[in-house]
Amino acid sequence: MKLLSFVFLIIGIFLMMFFNSSYDTQYTSYKTLKSQSQSKELKESIKRGNTVYSDFCVSCHLPNGNGVNKIYPPLANSDYLEANRYASIKGLKFGLKGKIKVNGVEYNKYMPPMGLSAEEIADVMNYMNHSWGNTFGKIVTVVEVSAIK
Amino acid sequence: MKNSNLLIIISFISIVACAQKHKSIVIAEDPTTIDYTTEVVVPKLDIPWGFVFLPDGALLITEKAGKLIHFKDGVKTNIDGLPEVYLRGQGGLMDIELHPNYSENGWLYITYSSSDGEGEGGNTALIRAQLIDTKLTSVERLYKAEPNSKRGQHFGSRIEFDNDGYLYFSIGDRGNRDVNPQDITRDCGKIYRINDDGSIPNNNPFLEFPGAKTAIYSYGHRNPQGMICHPDTGEIWVHEHGPRGGDEINRIKKGKNFGWPLISYGINYSGTSFTDDTYLPGMEQPLFYWVPSIAPSGMAYVTSDVYKDWKNNLLIGSLKFEYLERLVLDNNKVVKREKLLEGMGRVRNVRQGPDGYIYASLESIGILKIVPNKY
Repeated sequence: MKLLSFVFLIIGIFLMMFFNSSYDTQYTSYKTLKSQSQSKELKESIKRGNTVYSDFCVSCHLPNGNGVNKIYPPLANSDYLEANRYASIKGLKFGLKGKIKVNGVEYNKYMPPMGLSAEEIADVMNYMNHSWGNTFGKIVTVVEVSAIK
Repeated sequence: MKNSNLLIIISFISIVACAQKHKSIVIAEDPTTIDYTTEVVVPKLDIPWGFVFLPDGALLITEKAGKLIHFKDGVKTNIDGLPEVYLRGQGGLMDIELHPNYSENGWLYITYSSSDGEGEGGNTALIRAQLIDTKLTSVERLYKAEPNSKRGQHFGSRIEFDNDGYLYFSIGDRGNRDVNPQDITRDCGKIYRINDDGSIPNNNPFLEFPGAKTAIYSYGHRNPQGMICHPDTGEIWVHEHGPRGGDEINRIKKGKNFGWPLISYGINYSGTSFTDDTYLPGMEQPLFYWVPSIAPSGMAYVTSDVYKDWKNNLLIGSLKFEYLERLVLDNNKVVKREKLLEGMGRVRNVRQGPDGYIYASLESIGILKIVPNKY
C-alpha cells in the first residue's frame, strides 16, 4: 500500500509540473498562437510583445491578464480593450486617466506612460489582443501607433 | 484505502500549488475605530513620488513624469533646471531630500533615471542642487549607476541622511536579478553611502575589494523604495519590494548581504519558485516580511505626540492595496499592523511634517494631511 501511495505521489508531482507550466505566460501565448492561423508578422510581434508585457505590465495586470478587481482593470476578455483600440494605444503612449468601465466595473486610476517606443506599443498591443483567449482585431502596426498623437 | 491515497495526492498537490512560502506573521487589520480625518493639502498630483518641507512652510514635490513642483499658499510653481529625465517603466523623477543643514547651505538631493553614459536605456542618478527663485542652480551630479538598461523595473531611489551626516540612497536590481544584486563590482540591488558632496567615505566597507563599487554600503537588495534613519538608534532602515510575496523591512548594516535573490520569502509573479531558501548563513534576515506583498513605498517613523497611539510606529504606503499601513513595533518586532486611509488611492510616500502631522502622497489625488480627532 505504501508503494502504491508513493507511485501516486510521483504521478501527482508530474501532473503538478504540467499544471504549473500551463500557467506560464509563455505557454499561454504559445497555445494561442497554435490555435489560430496568424501571419508570421503578427506571430513575431506577439512574441516580442510578451517580453514587453513581462517587463512593463505584469506587476499590475498579472501574468494571466486578470488585473486586480477595482484597482487594475483586466485585459483578458476585456470588453474595453476589444472596443477601444484607439484609446488603448493612446493610453499606452500618453497615459490613461479618468473613469473607464471594464466588464461592468468602474476604474478611476492613473496609468502612467511607460516610455515605450511605437514598436513596443504595437507589439504589446498585439500580445494583449491575442492572449488569454483574446482574439481582438487585426494586427496593430508601428504606423498606426505613430499616427496617434 | 483508495480514498486515503486520493487525499494524499490532493494534499500534496495543494501544498505544491501554493508555492507561496510562509505568510506574514502578523496580519493587517481593519481599524476598530477611525479617529482621524483627512485634508487635501496639495490637490491634483499624478504620481507624487517624493516631497519635502522647506523651512518657510513650502513643499517641494517630485512628479514621476519629470516635474519638480514648488507649492506654497495654494500656488503651484514648476521649478526649472532639472537634468533630462529618462522616463521609462518605473523610472522617472523620483525622490527628494534636504541636507540636514539645509537652512544654512541650501543643498537639495534628487534621484532620477538618466540615460547619460554609454549604452541604450538608463539607470538611477543622484544630483544635488540649490533652489534659487524658481530654478535649480549649482546642479552637481553625485552618482550615476551603470550600465544603462532599457528594462523598466527597479530603480530604487529613496534618499536619507543619518545622524553623522552620511547620505544613503537605494538603487534596485534594474530587473536583472541574477546578475546585479550579489555582485559588488556592479551597480544595482544595493544601498549606497556617500558624503554629502558625493565623495566616498574613507570607512566604507568595500574600499579594499578589487573592482568594487566603493559607494556600496550593503547589497543583495531587490527594490528598496522606503528609507528612514531610526530616530533613537540612528540606524538606517529600508523596506523593499519582493516579487509575489516577500516584501521586507531591513535594518541596514555595513557591508552585509541581504540575500536577494538567493533567499526570499517570495515567488515569481507566474507562481513558480526561484529559490527554496528563506535563510542562508552569511545573509541577513528581514525585521519583517510581507506575504502577500503590499508593494511598499515610502516610510515614516512617528515621533510626534499628535496622534493618540501612533508614537514610535512605522507608517508605510501600500501601492497595491491602496492604504497606509501602521506597524506597531515592540523590541524591533512587528506586533500589530493596521490599515489607514483605505481605498483612497495608491500611497506613494509618507512623511512626518515639521509640525508633527503625518502627510501622505497618493497617486491621482495629491498630498493629504491626517488630522486626528480630539483626544
